[in-house]
Amino acid sequence: MAVVARIRKGAYHDSVALLQVQRALRELPGVEEAGVVMGTPANLALLREAGLDAPDLQHAGADDLVAVVRARTEPEAVRALERLDELLAHRAGTQQADYRPRSVRTAVRALPGANLAVVSVPGRFAAGVAEEALREGLHVFLFSDNVAVAEEVRLKRLATERGLLVMGPDCGTAVVAGTGLGFANGLRRGPVGIVAASGTGLQEVACLVHRLGVGVSHALGTGSRDLSEEVGGATFITALLALAEDPLTEVIVLLSKPPSPQVATRVLRVARGCSKPVVVSFLGAQPAGAWEGLHFATTLEEAAYLAVRLLGREIPERADPTPEPLAWAPGQRWVRGLFAGGTLCVEAQVILRPRLGRVWSNVPLTEQARLPDPLVSREHTVVDLGSDEFTVGRLHPMLDPSVRNLRLLHEAQDPEVAVILADVVLGYGAHPDPAGELARAWEDALRRSGRKLVCVTSVCGTELDPQPYPEQVRRLREAGIVVAPSNAAAARVAAALCGAQAPSAFPQWLPAVEVPEPVPIHRPSSEPVRRLLSGTPRVVNVGLESFAQSLQAQGVPVVSVDWRPPAPGDPELLDLLARLGG
Amino acid sequence: MDIEAANEVVVQRILEAHPVLVGVGRALDVIPGMRRDLILHAGPPVEWARMCGPLRGAVIGALLYEGLARDEHEAVELASSGTLRFEPCHHHGAVGPMAGVTSASMPVYIVENRTHGNRAYSNFNEGYGRVLRYGAYGPEVLERLRWINETVAPAIGRALERMGGLDLKATIARQLTMGDEGHNRNVAGSSLFARQLAPHLAECGLPSEVLAAALRYLADNDLAILNPVMAACKATMDAAHGVPGSTVVTCMARNGVEFGIRVSGLGDRWFTAPAPVPKGLYFPGFNEEEANPDIGDSTITETAGLGAFAMAAAPAIVKFVGGTPQDAVAATLEMYEITLAENPAFAIPQLDFRGTPTAIDVRKVVRTGITPRVNTGIAHREPGVGQIGAGLVRPPLEPFQQAVRALAELVSG
Repeated sequence: MAVVARIRKGAYHDSVALLQVQRALRELPGVEEAGVVMGTPANLALLREAGLDAPDLQHAGADDLVAVVRARTEPEAVRALERLDELLAHRAGTQQADYRPRSVRTAVRALPGANLAVVSVPGRFAAGVAEEALREGLHVFLFSDNVAVAEEVRLKRLATERGLLVMGPDCGTAVVAGTGLGFANGLRRGPVGIVAASGTGLQEVACLVHRLGVGVSHALGTGSRDLSEEVGGATFITALLALAEDPLTEVIVLLSKPPSPQVATRVLRVARGCSKPVVVSFLGAQPAGAWEGLHFATTLEEAAYLAVRLLGREIPERADPTPEPLAWAPGQRWVRGLFAGGTLCVEAQVILRPRLGRVWSNVPLTEQARLPDPLVSREHTVVDLGSDEFTVGRLHPMLDPSVRNLRLLHEAQDPEVAVILADVVLGYGAHPDPAGELARAWEDALRRSGRKLVCVTSVCGTELDPQPYPEQVRRLREAGIVVAPSNAAAARVAAALCGAQAPSAFPQWLPAVEVPEPVPIHRPSSEPVRRLLSGTPRVVNVGLESFAQSLQAQGVPVVSVDWRPPAPGDPELLDLLARLGG
Repeated sequence: MDIEAANEVVVQRILEAHPVLVGVGRALDVIPGMRRDLILHAGPPVEWARMCGPLRGAVIGALLYEGLARDEHEAVELASSGTLRFEPCHHHGAVGPMAGVTSASMPVYIVENRTHGNRAYSNFNEGYGRVLRYGAYGPEVLERLRWINETVAPAIGRALERMGGLDLKATIARQLTMGDEGHNRNVAGSSLFARQLAPHLAECGLPSEVLAAALRYLADNDLAILNPVMAACKATMDAAHGVPGSTVVTCMARNGVEFGIRVSGLGDRWFTAPAPVPKGLYFPGFNEEEANPDIGDSTITETAGLGAFAMAAAPAIVKFVGGTPQDAVAATLEMYEITLAENPAFAIPQLDFRGTPTAIDVRKVVRTGITPRVNTGIAHREPGVGQIGAGLVRPPLEPFQQAVRALAELVSG
């Protein structure tokens, strides 16, 4: 066995492109494992964990491309790496042959009328790119995470001054006038407008609405911290006001994990001023008191159903699936939830907690339930595999399910585990066959554990997704996986399989929100925001090439910036440039 | 110190500059600070001991031309004696292609920036072949130089006087719409030059053999307008130089050993690094190993937004710089990444009449890592062989980084 590394100084490629090269390397003769990453400390640590350590790695910096191959023999490893440049170049060749602008400024020149920047560059550079976009008069969909709160506040202040919308940072998805951004599902257009501080929450509600036969006008993501005290709901309120006056939107859904009470109060006052019905789900945070015009839902599922009912549509009664109860072995009793969607993980806790008692998590509802080590489950545990501790320096599990596949294998070995709960998220930007990945991992896990186990999932998606919903559901069922009609239903089924009784009264342990007075809306949306919602956006894509491809597939005019890290490899110069306002 | 405001001033000065070719004069009489014992050369300062082959050859040729030495041996002795002075053309408001060697009795074009009143100078172009600017100094080279300097140049000077000056800004604008980029390709501009001069040459009472000589010079030399264009760019960029706080490059030049830049807000300091060897096409029988590192003041054209910056306008010469007309467009588009403005006076038809990328910002160069593109001729490394190819060169990044460091010091200081 031989491990061989190659370092390309200052050669930047986006993480999805590198993943494709990595897959191609793995398929070469004799190759056992391959890693192709940018040389950030986190990525190098991951390579070492994966048995891809080589002495050369200590010379790699964050702006360097690092490729490591483990093969049966050294000549095979070397031969595989000889293909590296060709594979990287092939990637470049599949992109447009024309000149690719290197900055937002020049991209705007290449796409007259551009009004939206989709930014997915590494977090430490994201605020700079977003600021450039705002200064060029573009709205920003900021997919990147690891952006400091202070930067977020600054960007959103700049956006407000200019009448622009900043969706993000850490904004996984949005639908603008029918165009899906980031991880986006195929949705029909319709009367439900969504504002969400949570990515998979938005996707789940939008897909449920779609699968109930209704459509979505706009679904505006705000970034997960928008309703924190520091950020103060800047984007949330702008988006809410825009939907309040949007002619297509008849009912508005507001989604967030439990927000700062002060900010929630501010948002709800604005919401009460809307002349349209507003559904609010703060995922378990049940406010006390009477709320004219506002309809509270504790789960995403309930929010979607409420929105559809408020439109006067009938929803057929649908019972949760009732899988054959298994005869568990003695001591076999725990639920282990392995989520790619963070909000789906929180929703699962809102369901499981009143039915099963304590549920540990790395994104807990209360601090007492925080999992001490996210890598090690205990009792009932649900983990968000998309949270920072799992994704720094690697791809999100919606793109690369390998983290979950490994964890699934591991959980299935635990004799006390009875039920695996998981989510399957479809859509543009997601893995091309997430159900297939989960099904294979599950079959493998069952075979290796040799015990009786149940896997319960739901599929967040629609028949219009690139991975069509019905086919994905079928693939899961073929593997013996129980597929529930919603994430909430999947959690209920999992709880029932573990012997849960009817839930206790609504959990009092969640923070309550005060009832605020309504504020009449007198502030109309800015002209740029109105224009953004009135037609197909014209997009400048900076970062993941796959986002540009999915926009092109939707017929959206898009120009891709050939982005590279600024002042490559020289932090001192970057600092000097900042002082020179460059 | 407000960098953006300073750069706005600089950009405005570049865009408003209006270079006009007003006449011809003797270097000693017209170039500020010119002396009999002073040899001007291309690029940043370099003393005899460090000079490359072509520059040494041109110096020897100039000393022979001036009668300061009787033969090569004497010329070398004089050049290395320390009694002569060598200074960059750029220190005297002048520019010269390749070796750029200009001595006291040589005639030079005088270009006046009508907007800002400053003047710039450039020697006469000798055409292709064995020429002084590539370091050739044989008798036939000196003879041709004399013919140009003593017969052609005065005639052109008289025609220019008679016509009251030739508008170079308008001529450059027209040549860009005719397939020139103003550096490596000047065939359209030189034709326009000849066409504008011809009637005035005919009407200023020259003896017929002198008129014939002047017309033949213009007819035979595709590069005739290169030197006036360079002086026009120099007159433009000098007007933009010296604005405190500005991060705009006002000069890029090479002496065959080093590539150097100057920046508007950094006074007369040069920021230099070793000059690279250009990549390009070589004439039959020559290759890259024989090439001298990049040399010449002609990068003043790129500094002013012409040359490689206007490559999209010159699809006819894309083979020299690697490829297809699409590459030519991409080359210009790339230069917009590192510039602050577009010059509406110099519109490129192939880009829907977008102005050429203008005002290189050292900050943008360092941030993007994109160094300016330069179209250039390639000199043989031995003196006297001449041009052996043409191509593209990317200057080193270091001088731009040094400039950013110097600017940052000013800001904090």
